[in-house]
Amino acid sequence: MLKIENLHATVAEKPILKGLSLTIKAGEIHAIMGPNGAGKSTLAYVLGGRPGYEVTEGSVTYAGQDLLALEPHERAAAGLFLGFQYPVEIPGVSGVQFLREALNAQRKANALPPLSGGDFLKLAREKAALLGMDMDMLKRPVNVGFSGGEKKRAEMVQMGILNPSLAILDETDSGLDIDALRIVGDGINAIMRAPDKAVLLITHYQRLLDYVRPDFVHVLADGRITRSGGPELALELEREGYVEVAA
Amino acid sequence: MTNAVALPSQRQEDWRYADIGALAKIWPLAPRENIIVPAGGNFTRTIVQEKGGVVQIDLSIGTGATAMLHILNIGGDYGRVEINANLHNGADFTLDCAQIADGEQTLELITHVTHAEGEATSRQMVRNIAGGTANVTYLGRVSVARDAQGTNSAQNVKAMLLSPQATANAKPELEIFADDVQCAHGCAVGELDSAALFYLASRGLGPVMARQMLLQAFLAEALGDDAALIAAAHEKLGALQ
Repeated sequence: MLKIENLHATVAEKPILKGLSLTIKAGEIHAIMGPNGAGKSTLAYVLGGRPGYEVTEGSVTYAGQDLLALEPHERAAAGLFLGFQYPVEIPGVSGVQFLREALNAQRKANALPPLSGGDFLKLAREKAALLGMDMDMLKRPVNVGFSGGEKKRAEMVQMGILNPSLAILDETDSGLDIDALRIVGDGINAIMRAPDKAVLLITHYQRLLDYVRPDFVHVLADGRITRSGGPELALELEREGYVEVAA
Repeated sequence: MTNAVALPSQRQEDWRYADIGALAKIWPLAPRENIIVPAGGNFTRTIVQEKGGVVQIDLSIGTGATAMLHILNIGGDYGRVEINANLHNGADFTLDCAQIADGEQTLELITHVTHAEGEATSRQMVRNIAGGTANVTYLGRVSVARDAQGTNSAQNVKAMLLSPQATANAKPELEIFADDVQCAHGCAVGELDSAALFYLASRGLGPVMARQMLLQAFLAEALGDDAALIAAAHEKLGALQ
């Protein structure tokens, strides 16, 4: 589903990714772990197409097409979802209105008819309930006044509504308390664990992986993947630290 | 009957950002409109300036009276709205204005709010957008007379620039001769938030829709809930280059 080959990327002319390769197949859940500054968030932003994150070498193929040639909104319509480490607050824009427009823009790009207001609200209500989120919060301006944990839940509600085939979740576990972590973990499983979908979890910690069990764990250090393994690698990292394992 | 006065020049403070060339073509102007809101009265007007030209209104708001203006300034090569409001004891004046300029437009709002007597409240909420090489201006003067104790006045102006060649001018001005007075003003000029644009794009909204959504949100406070006004503003936003 996703094939990253020898990816090099710079931010403000500083090299961050230095030859990263990774292949994710449909039905798989991958976790990328690594210390601060290793390039984890840069990888997420490069895959999402954020301006200012420049690819200098390498390729990314997604569902048979050159992902890097697509604009950010085209990547979304192609089924890619980026869960933000710091979801952006957008004053004055209602969450429900924004998500309905976003979903219908994606549907239009895929030659599907728009969802009616009623059908959309039904879908939104269902996904909000899945994440234990009050519908009233979704009607409020996007992320405005939400706590860190609420923002992360709201990201997962958005993911449920947009129903992507590949989710790249950048530290979705940060800012969550124990109960919220379980709810979000269950939500990721419910929305994304399917034979035709895949997830790339970017995280510092093992704890989310207790709920969303990865098929593969990779260590990202200094812009490339230095080790790959099964779920046991996450436990080893937790026990021994990045310095030992990544070296 | 016409204003028997000479064409203004940019040396005059209230006309310093005006398009005098465009003004010369429509000079002399029609007489100023004079509106008197009687004591205890209630006055509301919506002004949509969409063809260009100059709107000049003098408003006298009587004791305990309320006046509210909703203004959308969007049309013509040169569009100017000039409001003088004179507040008597305990009067309340609210002005909400959105100006959207693109291409080579020059749009301006000039307000002069005078608290002639005490215990009156006034509020101006202005949202300006300029694209292309357009020029959008707000000059807002508030004068508080010597005996106008208990005055409460607030002015909030924000401008959004959509291109490097666009210009926004904002000049709040306070003249206070009383001592028991609360006057607040806030002013900010910025551009679209690139983080918000990327966030919207990452959910599937194309650049035009994402920008539209952020601009609609930016104007919302100044448009209130007048459906026709909102529709006209959104139509203008949709036509921005």
